Amino acid sequence: MNIFLNNEPEILSDGSTIKKLLENKNIKNTYYAVEINRKIIPKSHHETYVIKDGDRVEIITAIGGG
Amino acid sequence: MSKLIIDKKEYSSRLILGTGKYKDFDETKSALESSGCEMVTVAIRRMNIGQDQASKNLLDYVTPDKYTILPNTAGCYTAKDAIRTCEIAAELLNGEKLIKLEVLSQSKTLFPDIVETIKAAEILVKKDFKVMVYTTDDPIVAKELENIGCECVMPLGSAIGSGIGIINEFNIREIVENATVPIIVDAGVGTASDACIAMELGCDGVLMNTAIACAKEPNIMATAMKYAVIAGREAFLAGRIAKKQSGSPSSPKAGLVTGE
Repeated sequence: MNIFLNNEPEILSDGSTIKKLLENKNIKNTYYAVEINRKIIPKSHHETYVIKDGDRVEIITAIGGG
Repeated sequence: MSKLIIDKKEYSSRLILGTGKYKDFDETKSALESSGCEMVTVAIRRMNIGQDQASKNLLDYVTPDKYTILPNTAGCYTAKDAIRTCEIAAELLNGEKLIKLEVLSQSKTLFPDIVETIKAAEILVKKDFKVMVYTTDDPIVAKELENIGCECVMPLGSAIGSGIGIINEFNIREIVENATVPIIVDAGVGTASDACIAMELGCDGVLMNTAIACAKEPNIMATAMKYAVIAGREAFLAGRIAKKQSGSPSSPKAGLVTGE
């Protein structure tokens, strides 16, 4: 299926969960948040939440700023 | 000396530092340590998915067990975007709801959009966020933000990153005298004397980023800022003398060994 990941097109295998996506992308950051279609998906749901075709997924973190 | 209390937590340092514009994380970490600060601001952005995920992240260097992490809404121009950013920040920081609200009006001056700031502050306070709000040096607006329930009110000294210092000392003093929440000068500091003046005016703290990160020697400037904030605070508590038009000798006139 096709999704948008951080505003870029991305191909993902059907039935992928958020956890699977994070593993695929080798994201080991402790501090991150995930939004799908502008809705925050709490970390406690990442293992079970299945991403759907066309979803807009945002993976967000903290960076340097004033 | 009384401590700064924000969201029920006591701080020994009255200096809050931004973490942007440093050369690398080592320089950030070292400057923060030299400054003695206990609270740091961070920005909330999309993760750089392409980068080497084994490489370190900011919060590996500036750890939440050592510093209070204050996520900001920098770059937001509407209340809606600022609120979204705060919700994301709370999820990212495992439920922490202390945030720095800034809603900008335009990119040239980076002055806050007060209408959107007030709108966002009202909603965020209702959502139980602890709001430290960036605003202009307008005393009426500052009081309104306090009345809404903001945790701290943070008027600008001058434009973000300008290094001009405090343009309107009278307004800052007026804001401080009318406040029952901490007042923190946020933005505009260029060098140590600017931070010192903010504290002499009675502010409860100073927040800065560029003045340290873009100094030729960030580490040394961080130390200078640490002492400037302490000096300014103590001078405020000590109470300055009144300014006089004429001189007044410091040595007694009696017993003078002069003349015949």
